[in-house]
Amino acid sequence: MSAQIHGVLSFDKEKRKQLKFSESALQTIEQIKTRYPEGKQKSALIPVLHIAQAENDGWLSPEVMDYVAELLNITPIEVFEVASFYSMFNLKPVGKCVLEVCRTSSCWLNGANEIVEYLEKKLGIKEGETTPDGMFTIKTVECLGSCGTAPMMQCGASYHENLTFEKIDQILDQYKSEAKRRNYTDTETFHTK
Amino acid sequence: MGKKLLLDKINIPGIQTYEVYRQNGGYSAVEKALKNYSSDQIVEEVKKSGLRGRGGAGFPTGMKWGFLAKPPGVPRYLLCNADESEPGTFKDRYLMEHIPHLLIEGMIVSSYALGANTSYIYIRGEYFYVARLLEKAIAEAYANGWLGKNILGTDYSLDLYVQVGAGAYICGEETALIESLEGKRGNPRMKPPFPAVAGLWGCPTVVNNVETIAAVVPIVNMGGEEYAKIGVGKSTGTKLISASGHINKPGVYEIELGLPVEEFIYSDEYCGGIRGGKKLKAVIAGGSSVPVLPAELILKTAKGEPRLMSYESLADGGFQTGTALGSGGFIVMDEDTSIIYNLYTLSRFYHHESCGQCSPCREGTGWMERILKKFIDGTATMKDIDLLWDIQSKIDGRTICPLGDAASWPVASAIRHFRHEFEEAVKNKGIKKVNHYNKRWSKETV
Repeated sequence: MSAQIHGVLSFDKEKRKQLKFSESALQTIEQIKTRYPEGKQKSALIPVLHIAQAENDGWLSPEVMDYVAELLNITPIEVFEVASFYSMFNLKPVGKCVLEVCRTSSCWLNGANEIVEYLEKKLGIKEGETTPDGMFTIKTVECLGSCGTAPMMQCGASYHENLTFEKIDQILDQYKSEAKRRNYTDTETFHTK
Repeated sequence: MGKKLLLDKINIPGIQTYEVYRQNGGYSAVEKALKNYSSDQIVEEVKKSGLRGRGGAGFPTGMKWGFLAKPPGVPRYLLCNADESEPGTFKDRYLMEHIPHLLIEGMIVSSYALGANTSYIYIRGEYFYVARLLEKAIAEAYANGWLGKNILGTDYSLDLYVQVGAGAYICGEETALIESLEGKRGNPRMKPPFPAVAGLWGCPTVVNNVETIAAVVPIVNMGGEEYAKIGVGKSTGTKLISASGHINKPGVYEIELGLPVEEFIYSDEYCGGIRGGKKLKAVIAGGSSVPVLPAELILKTAKGEPRLMSYESLADGGFQTGTALGSGGFIVMDEDTSIIYNLYTLSRFYHHESCGQCSPCREGTGWMERILKKFIDGTATMKDIDLLWDIQSKIDGRTICPLGDAASWPVASAIRHFRHEFEEAVKNKGIKKVNHYNKRWSKETV
């Protein structure tokens, strides 16, 4: 955590000035704000940070957090407090496809450690690292509620369940050929059994 | 074949869609409730049903609803807890994914009972695609007049929204969920005041688990007294059990409370026995927080009676020889499993998920994780067993929210029932490494 906080200390005023989310993102944000009573727009913060992260290459830079504070009329520290608390928010850059392997109990009982080892060997990086081409990041995460279909990993909005080494090969090949960023907010979600 | 009340229609093709759900009797509970009952009468029906919270605590739902303060002119809120994050639990996801309208229907009836005109479903961020399914179902419900202003021509109006979280187990604790919904860190609040008096934005609030809210639908349809006839004793109705681990048929099963544990594990209708013909070693019966029990104690109580899947039977013997039904996250471990390594994954989990407010939990969870790692690496001494026991006993009951307790119980029960494994790990300088990948995939069940 401390390394992440350290990264936040640098703030680029020029970058901040140029920052603007897409029209559709801004529209969605306005729509989300209407879900709460007058004066309670801070409640929109977590959904808005998901959108912000998708708009900013998969991570929340200090500039983006400052921008979100302005959009919701709250202070930047209120945004940082939240962004640094929840594990789905990245406070430093990540690869286009973040492979989040569940490692808790039922997934471990079904070979999560071996899945992580296989990914590390195949991609030539360690858990927590990103491949030099910026394509993949390996992350281990806590229980994703997919215990009956363990082992599993999440990438963007997709759950890949009952993983095998062969399945991982297919997924990585597909991701490589499509070469696009995978966000939690992606709508073309699928769910592989 | 036990009775099914929530998943009885799960195999009807297209049940996820509004049309099919409606054609099969969907939303009849809303019709019945709004036309024939006052909101207090619904609360009475739920009280009569004996329904207990399905998220883990097992608190009587009708009583919880009865506590809701109703000061005039102050809005009241119903929040659905879909932050399902307890390791071993995936029933709510299954329900929302396969029959989303059941939850929407339950939300409408429950909101009506509580007099809430705005309700939220707080769903964990990782379930983003499930949130999309719910949003679609909500849009369908609005389009067909089940949500919005003057539902069914009555003066009752309801707006329903989905709120996504962002990865924090602690937000399943009701006051942390409220904090998170207010756009803050998920730090649990001191109680009192309870949410029933001062919850979301300081207003009276009820937080209920997905399965609890879904169960209100059959209760209204069949009547509370009929519902109470299902099950055993004070464990009324049905329960969704998420079965995982070393079993032949992992998945979500709806059981009538009172089913013998042995039948649940070995019957082909449910788990289908232990994978690869192995022997049963241990079970975590109600999600990672509840005490782990060795095979002999999960199948039979200390008194020698068959253990049943019910709140009372699983708790029989207290924490000395019993456990808890909890969330119904049923994790099965075979004879080759290292209890220590499994416990290590859980302690690491609680360390990661501790919000950090209370020192015993913030410091203790990490300390336990590090000590358990020593047993795995072979650097632990006999004294570490007592130290581990000491740490867990000093977390239990000394924190604002139950996460501290939840972190200590698995450690306490592992030492209580499997102390010999810790001693062996010290003597053998580590634990036997098992390749779980091969174990998983060399079986004919795949």
